[in-house]
Amino acid sequence: MISLSIFGIENNALLAVVAALTGFGLVALAMWLAGLISPRSFNPQKGEAYECGIPTRGVSMSQFKVGYYLFAILFLMFDVETVFLFPWAVRVQEMGVDGLISIAVFFGILVLGLVYAWRKGALEWK
Amino acid sequence: MYDLSLITDWIHNLLSSFMPGWLTTTVECVLIGVGLLLVYALLALFYIYFERKVCAAFQCRLGPNRVGPWGLLQSFADMFKMLIKELITLKHIDRFLFALAPYLVIIASMLSFAVLPWGNGLQVLDFNIGIFFLLAVSSIGVLGILLAGWSSNNKFTLIGALRSGAQMVSYELSIGLSVLTMVAYAGTMSVTGIVAAQEDLWFIFSGHVPAIIAFVIYLIAGTAETNRGPFDLPEAESELTAGYHTEYSGIHFGFFYLAEYLNLFIVSGVATLLFFGGWMPLHIPGWDGFNEVMNYIPSVVWFVGKAIALSFIIIWFKWTFPRLRIDQLLTLEWKYLLPINLFNLVLMVLVIVFGWHF
Repeated sequence: MISLSIFGIENNALLAVVAALTGFGLVALAMWLAGLISPRSFNPQKGEAYECGIPTRGVSMSQFKVGYYLFAILFLMFDVETVFLFPWAVRVQEMGVDGLISIAVFFGILVLGLVYAWRKGALEWK
Repeated sequence: MYDLSLITDWIHNLLSSFMPGWLTTTVECVLIGVGLLLVYALLALFYIYFERKVCAAFQCRLGPNRVGPWGLLQSFADMFKMLIKELITLKHIDRFLFALAPYLVIIASMLSFAVLPWGNGLQVLDFNIGIFFLLAVSSIGVLGILLAGWSSNNKFTLIGALRSGAQMVSYELSIGLSVLTMVAYAGTMSVTGIVAAQEDLWFIFSGHVPAIIAFVIYLIAGTAETNRGPFDLPEAESELTAGYHTEYSGIHFGFFYLAEYLNLFIVSGVATLLFFGGWMPLHIPGWDGFNEVMNYIPSVVWFVGKAIALSFIIIWFKWTFPRLRIDQLLTLEWKYLLPINLFNLVLMVLVIVFGWHF
């Protein structure tokens, strides 16, 4: 016999909020506790950025390598595709061969996209 | 199988015998919250000890053995040390985002923690799209890490956060596709549904070759997702001091540490759910006596045991493989795991459609 949710509470959104609040509470509680018992001392050097011991040169919130953007965009494409595939995956057993054929077109376009990105050199880290 | 909802039902009936309905629900929600918090903290303490002992065993050392019997109290000592360290006020940071980042990381891991199938009748969050919800909330953690790195206003943290972001989003694809493969096999996204579908045989045994390929890919991607093992280059200490949490001090740093260990448990827990039957005892079709004996072991023990065994493998990776470079890391994901995963999905669909599974 397989039982469902704990305490028979059927409102999952409520439980999700409870879990999120628990996470929030954990951080808030620990921060409060640490604030009570941790020492405080002031020293102007402590507020500096953690580096080699000399003051930071230039700005740190600066431009960075474009490659990270490229992978983020590729990720977006494939992630959205995964979202589209999930409802199909749940139903594929009932759809049988029809489901296989219907998704083949979608899948083909997707693989073409990957091949294009690969040939274009978007997957190289330069 | 013991039905642990006997206990929760007993509490529910006890509470509702002298309280109005809304108050009962409130008290139960508080109980769930406290329970989650306790299990979360205890598992984190256990994992700190476990990791250090395993690491010591691999390096022919003894590991922590001074504080308490066999060093069992070592992680409590670590926790108190972290609590009594000073929280340094920095001058150059973006204060709001800096404070927000640990909240996001912990809330993301707590939400995924609640989705795990703890036992028969101990399911906390049971959406009909459970596993999808898990994928959605676990990606909030990346935001926390990126914010931590950016708001610290330090070059080490920025590079660490970007590497971490690139790594986590890339490997999330592999996780997503492995999960998708198993969802196609199970025919449901509900966590209880997936566990129930494995009553006769776990998916890793019944799913033929594609289930095994999906499991291997999931394990590699899961290791990368938790920033561990050979994929720990976001915090490569020889180049980036401590990566995205360089500027965090005391318990503020502790949250990232906590979330890292809990994510290890969550990744193993999801692998357990998808491939090793969640809390379902080991059942072999036809061996009725054996199945009966297995049913006597409580479901919580099954789930936690399987998850810890899997996380042992992930910890093992860390002490076996050398760290990858970022280009090797992205090549592994985009040129090997992703095409193999897409192929594996097609293979799984063929297996399902033509009924080749056991």
